[in-house]
Amino acid sequence: MASFDVMPHIELYKPTELADALELADRLGPRGWLLGGGQDTYGWFKDRAKNAEAMIDLNGIEALHGIRETADGIEIGAATTLREIVRDPLLNERFAVLPAAAARVASPQIRNVGTLGGNLVQDTRCWYYRRGLACYRAGGNLCYADSPQGMNREHCVFGASRCVAVSPSDTATAMVALDATMVATSVDGERLIPAGRFFALPETHITRMTTLEPGEILTAVRLPARWAGKRFYFEKVADRDVWDFALVSIAAAFDLDGGNIGDARVVCGGVAAVPWRLREVERALRGRAPGADTGEAVAALATRGARPLNYNHFKLPLMENLVRRALREPA
Amino acid sequence: MSDYKHIGKDFTPPDVVGKVTGKARYAEDFRADGMVYARVYTSPMAHGRVVNIDTSALDDMPGIIGIITADDVPAVEAPGAAMLTNLPVYIGDPILAVAAEDETTAENALAAIRVDIEPLPFAVDPLDSLVEGGPDAREEGNVYVRSREGSGFRRIKWTPEQIDEFRAGREPTGEHAAEWEYGDVEQGFAAAEVIYEEPFVTVGYAHMSMEPRTAMAYWENGKCHLYASSQSQSFWMPGLARLLEIDMADIVLISENTGGGFGSKIGAYPMAALPAWFSKKIGRPVQLRITREQEYYVGSARVGFQGWMKIGFAANGRVTASDVFIVEDIGPNATGGDGSSAAGAVSLVYDPEAMRFRGLPVLTNTTPRGAQRGPGQNQIAAVMAPIMDRAARDLGIDRVEIRRINAANNATTVYEDQEPVTSAYMKEALDMGAEMFDWERRKQKPAKNGSKVRGIGIGQGYHSAGANGYDGLVRITPDGKIHLHSGVGNLGTYSYASTVRSAAEVLKCDWEDCVIHHGTTEAHLPWSSYQAGSNTSFTHQRANYVAALDAVDKLKQVAARMLGGSPDDFDIDGKRVFAVANPSRGMSYADAAAHAISLGGTFSGQEVPEDIHEVTRRSVENLAGSGLVGVAKDNLRKEGVVPGLAVAFAEIELDLETGKYQILDYVGIAECGTVVHPQGLAAQMKGGAVWGMGMAGLERHVYDPQNGLPAGVGYYQCRIPTYLDTPSEIRTGAVDLPDPQSPFGARGIGEPAMGCSVAAITSAIADALDGHVFNRTPVSADMIVNHVAGREQSFVALQTNNF
Repeated sequence: MASFDVMPHIELYKPTELADALELADRLGPRGWLLGGGQDTYGWFKDRAKNAEAMIDLNGIEALHGIRETADGIEIGAATTLREIVRDPLLNERFAVLPAAAARVASPQIRNVGTLGGNLVQDTRCWYYRRGLACYRAGGNLCYADSPQGMNREHCVFGASRCVAVSPSDTATAMVALDATMVATSVDGERLIPAGRFFALPETHITRMTTLEPGEILTAVRLPARWAGKRFYFEKVADRDVWDFALVSIAAAFDLDGGNIGDARVVCGGVAAVPWRLREVERALRGRAPGADTGEAVAALATRGARPLNYNHFKLPLMENLVRRALREPA
Repeated sequence: MSDYKHIGKDFTPPDVVGKVTGKARYAEDFRADGMVYARVYTSPMAHGRVVNIDTSALDDMPGIIGIITADDVPAVEAPGAAMLTNLPVYIGDPILAVAAEDETTAENALAAIRVDIEPLPFAVDPLDSLVEGGPDAREEGNVYVRSREGSGFRRIKWTPEQIDEFRAGREPTGEHAAEWEYGDVEQGFAAAEVIYEEPFVTVGYAHMSMEPRTAMAYWENGKCHLYASSQSQSFWMPGLARLLEIDMADIVLISENTGGGFGSKIGAYPMAALPAWFSKKIGRPVQLRITREQEYYVGSARVGFQGWMKIGFAANGRVTASDVFIVEDIGPNATGGDGSSAAGAVSLVYDPEAMRFRGLPVLTNTTPRGAQRGPGQNQIAAVMAPIMDRAARDLGIDRVEIRRINAANNATTVYEDQEPVTSAYMKEALDMGAEMFDWERRKQKPAKNGSKVRGIGIGQGYHSAGANGYDGLVRITPDGKIHLHSGVGNLGTYSYASTVRSAAEVLKCDWEDCVIHHGTTEAHLPWSSYQAGSNTSFTHQRANYVAALDAVDKLKQVAARMLGGSPDDFDIDGKRVFAVANPSRGMSYADAAAHAISLGGTFSGQEVPEDIHEVTRRSVENLAGSGLVGVAKDNLRKEGVVPGLAVAFAEIELDLETGKYQILDYVGIAECGTVVHPQGLAAQMKGGAVWGMGMAGLERHVYDPQNGLPAGVGYYQCRIPTYLDTPSEIRTGAVDLPDPQSPFGARGIGEPAMGCSVAAITSAIADALDGHVFNRTPVSADMIVNHVAGREQSFVALQTNNF
């Protein structure tokens, strides 16, 4: 097996108008590759584990940048950098769980160039898959990680279906917690997808992490006013405080009604191929006041139905602890 | 503090500006006319036999210059690491290389080549190979023993019951391959008040030097010019000559800057020689660039331990006996002698009255291993610290005090032969650290804060830190400049520069008048030691000292000849040699240098001492006639082991719910004799601290035992701590008591600087968890979470190279 690290020859398009990018995406289809900050892309290409005929660089399209107030919340362009999100006053005031999640992505250097869109649609970090092995996710017919002695500490405990990889995105959990709407645009127009249906389990798409279709571009996300200013919690547990992907993360939004929780959205990262909503926890929280006792009462519901692999049963107590913390820590 | 002019004073090493501005050149930055780009194809199989290499796809590929395979390079006798091989013994073993007009073409070629490999059995955990019926990592056997009595392969197997006993923490009864002891171990245990038996694992991990071992080579007029990434400079020459099968005189080695080696680039390694062989074959300069992934493969890794430790303490805290058994994961090339070194460290740092070591070096099909900063010493430091803490608690002794009771001092004897030490002040280091850390106050830990608990830890590090017998070379030219020739490699510690300051001290000259020559054979360098084993500071203070003394002696002789009188009538200062009785009667160094050239002979290097090394001799011959030459071999007295010692205190805040901990405070104390270069020492202590933090909690090899695949080949996957994972301030100090066998009192420090850190962190983790000892490095968040939740760990006892 060869080891590669030189960027292979790939065509590069640098459109400045969204219409041109959409036309390119449509024309190239699966032969094209959308380029955000490149922090996932370049690794794949330099390793020659994936390839494409052409990259469509979205960074030069003004319409994809920026954080805007809308009639019903805030819209963020997909090419907005994570650093811009971390520092945006409006987001910090109304949807603090997103900047909190963005602030834990990778490293300061990567956040300077990494985009929100890129972070949301990035591919899984399953180390077997990243090596370029012909696993299910790569179109093959086996899973190396889910094997009798597979090294699967960082793999899923929910939603396995042949593939046991997890979503690596920190901001994805926040999007689901905020009930965001993802704007997928193609030459045929806009398709609005709730964040909860944007990410794909392997039973839906084993070779893709999202429901974006070839030719579609994630152009923006919309955060609904419905969740503005609610009580939020985000925490990510990773081996290092920098650069590493979540072992488990949690993003939570609590709508308090007179001191008690009404609607709640509690989402874990690092436990499934999608941001994993803890629906039983959410249901059990209704009508309870946030606090340590409530956390204690609902924590065990977080892992109901979990199916740990050989090396990752620690994710169960960790999930439960993160639920406790989400309810205990002041907003 | 001393009143030295240079020793103990900060200075700016000349390469610093280049490193800050990016102008410093590393091996990869050099180009030569007509240079081509080579890349390596590495084995996809953990163990196998190459049966066919099909390069026909390259026939019509434009830009391909050539291919080199194992058949074109000298074979290396097993178990040595091959330059290229047809018998790969780990995933990543180099099989062939391709040269092309550009890198992309070279990579396209690698993608097009077909290599058929017949698989052979493999093992990634020593115990999987050790059990009866288990696979052998090499066809020759599963154990390789290096010893003075003779080295060789063995096939050693334990019964499944013996493996199970070992895993269960009982004394291993299986066969071992190395052993030494001193004192009466049985009697020592009989005298003990408390005895502990602990199994332990320290997982090996990659060096991951920031600079991959890229090299560029070309041949000109029969000489091989090689730009390489080396820890050492002159010391590389004999090994390089063997790898290239040419005379040392025909090698020009350029290594101006090195982006880290940490033990992986001590001597010339095969990957540095490969472009030279390739260049010879195709007649073009060849740059062979190594990818980050390949640096993981060929860049060496720390030896892993699976061991058993029994240790007894008297009621007063004294260690009465220690018995240690270590199965070493020595990778496929049988490199690293960490087990015995670990036991040697026990004999010094805890000074048991009696001890026994038994070792079993087992081959695995993982990356080649090698010395990594404190090889053996630092693994055992991590194991020992929590055990010392447990003994302190059980005996009702303060944790600093139990270390003071057993502390190495000037009377301590060490190793199997119970040799003396040149000097040792561990007690003073502990006292200094305890004071800086405010141990007495800190040990009254604050109460649990929510889910967060505090832990404080103490670690002790040791490595022998000094050699002798190398050469020094200084030169004074008629322009008055003092030329300090340093054969020491520039591995990032600045020792190439700090050690020549001892010559400047002797010559009583200003630093501004000194010119350091280093980094290339063409700078005419003396024979120098390996930049490893923390030895350089001690060793080359001495070598530069004797060379400078020789220069002073010659200055006086020149003055006596020119001005009359006896050399003894003269002294030096202010860049002059002058009559003591009448200081106006004298001459400048510049004039003395001019006279030395006229006088010739020994004065200007036309004649050289009999006992200097061939490398130095050649350099002096090249310099002859250019100035007054001071050259000498270090024949100063050296008796006993030169210890480098360090102590660390750390406080952590561990979150019981996440398994994560923050290091709140860290104090590292160096006990390395006289401080030579305060900033350099602080940098060593801080860098060592960060490495120790990585070993304690983050870095490890992970291999899938089903296919031999490594999980962590990338830089981020190796989980080296970053700035944001370490304390914002790492405090350091130094005992600063001179060693009597160093002219200015210095010993080395590089390796203990890390050992004390990993030990302090494992000690602090155990302290935070009410004394729970994982007996494993790294201690990762998942292990802590499982422990706190009362869950089993995911791995079986003593498993290694796993998550």
